[in-house]
Amino acid sequence: MKNEVKIHEVNPLLSDRRSFLKISGLTLVSTGLLLAGCSHDDNEDMPIDDTSLPGIRNGVFDLGSGDFGVLTYAYALEQLEADFYTKVVNASSFNSVFNDIEKQVLTDLYHHEVIHRDFFKAALSGALPKPSTQLLPSLAFNYGAMNFNSRTEVLATAKALEDTGVAAYNGAGKLIKSADYLVLAGKIVSVEARHASAIRSLINPNSKDFAGDDVVNATTGLDVAKDPSKILAVAGGFITTPFTAKYLP
Amino acid sequence: MNILKFIETFADESAMRSTGSRRDSFTQFGNIGKTLAIASIPFGLSSLANKALAKDITATPATPIGALQFALTLEYLENEFYAMALDHGVIPASENGGRDLKVFQQIAAHESSHVKFLIAGLGGPASANFVPKPTFDFTVGGTFDPFNDYPTFLALAQAFEDTGVRAYKGQAGNLISTPDLLTAALQIHSVEARHASEVRRLRGLKGWINGNERGTGMPVETQAVYNGEELTVQAGYNTATLFGASAGSEAYDEPLTTQQVVDIANLFIV
Repeated sequence: MKNEVKIHEVNPLLSDRRSFLKISGLTLVSTGLLLAGCSHDDNEDMPIDDTSLPGIRNGVFDLGSGDFGVLTYAYALEQLEADFYTKVVNASSFNSVFNDIEKQVLTDLYHHEVIHRDFFKAALSGALPKPSTQLLPSLAFNYGAMNFNSRTEVLATAKALEDTGVAAYNGAGKLIKSADYLVLAGKIVSVEARHASAIRSLINPNSKDFAGDDVVNATTGLDVAKDPSKILAVAGGFITTPFTAKYLP
Repeated sequence: MNILKFIETFADESAMRSTGSRRDSFTQFGNIGKTLAIASIPFGLSSLANKALAKDITATPATPIGALQFALTLEYLENEFYAMALDHGVIPASENGGRDLKVFQQIAAHESSHVKFLIAGLGGPASANFVPKPTFDFTVGGTFDPFNDYPTFLALAQAFEDTGVRAYKGQAGNLISTPDLLTAALQIHSVEARHASEVRRLRGLKGWINGNERGTGMPVETQAVYNGEELTVQAGYNTATLFGASAGSEAYDEPLTTQQVVDIANLFIV
């Protein structure tokens, strides 16, 4: 199925989104999943050979497919993570709400995710044939009623974002054709998994939650892997800039 | 093929065991990913394995099957290490209010699952692609005492988990032609990273690797696990620009080649 993230396709996944928001300790994000605000979504008038390239299609930015599509998708997710932690470390009560270890972890995550974001921007700018129109713009985000001065809400959202990042990279690996890009994604996903583990351990230290049965299958020992459409249906709740991912699974 | 179906196929170990001939197991792999059918599965791997059983392991071929065989050997190592630690009771039940024991029971359970998963993936113990468990000496000829000395156990656990992360990453390229195997390997890879982060944090370190530092209390013999992690240029982008070299190197984990991992693992294989 060509992935077209828009509201009527997102509906079947609302339970996922609700549980995500519940996990995050968030109230409903009112901006919804307006990833595609275009009324001409069903037009298939783009030349087939162009679908691998990100860019504006029918008035809305589409992530494309293939390696450029996957890298642009990763860039979108890293933009979200970087924006979230930037807000976390700049929140007015950051220094009083979190203890020293928590501040260290969250500051490190802020650094790592901003580095990942800027890395993708630089890599895509260098690799895309025409970055002026093909580079995903800086996205805007809305976290609804989330309180960035609440330890519980920040850590719960961080956990959801990091677990989502792991599942996203795990699911996207098979879509990458270049061995170099695959290794680059691999270099990042394990750091996301280290983050997820640390955040989970901050939330519930005296437990097996760092690699809990909710994310690591107790029979196979395998972590979660999800297709872009599943990830965007969830993470897209925070992203207010419209875009589509019609050519990613 | 859907990954869940793939897992179900793997989970049916009895069916896998019934495949006696190499041709049969080859056919089963053909069902997993059509591209695997053209990947070369070298003859004589079982004789290689017999040699490995007698002494050191050697680098597996750069093929999907080779990657799975290589992964299985590493999982054998981790699985036996944690099983022995739990058997010997080296992890104090009271450590951190019981946290450490819960952590290592969970890690041990995952490594055991990985061993079973990979054996099934290779077609079961009767398959020509199967590789047997080497003989491990976690004392490295008496250098270490991990099953009586808890700090030593923790240090080796950190080394094995950080090695696991780098080892799986280094095999990704060998699995690029077999999407379902690649996905499964990535799903193990991130679990190893979750483990590594927690073990490091139990030892008072950050969950991520700063430069090529093995960290306080790590034996010098483990330095090979961390060499090369200090990289701060990724695809031409300088990751140290924004926040310095520490953050830049932490933000990326680096792969190890098959031979580099083999050299580390052979320290513990007799």
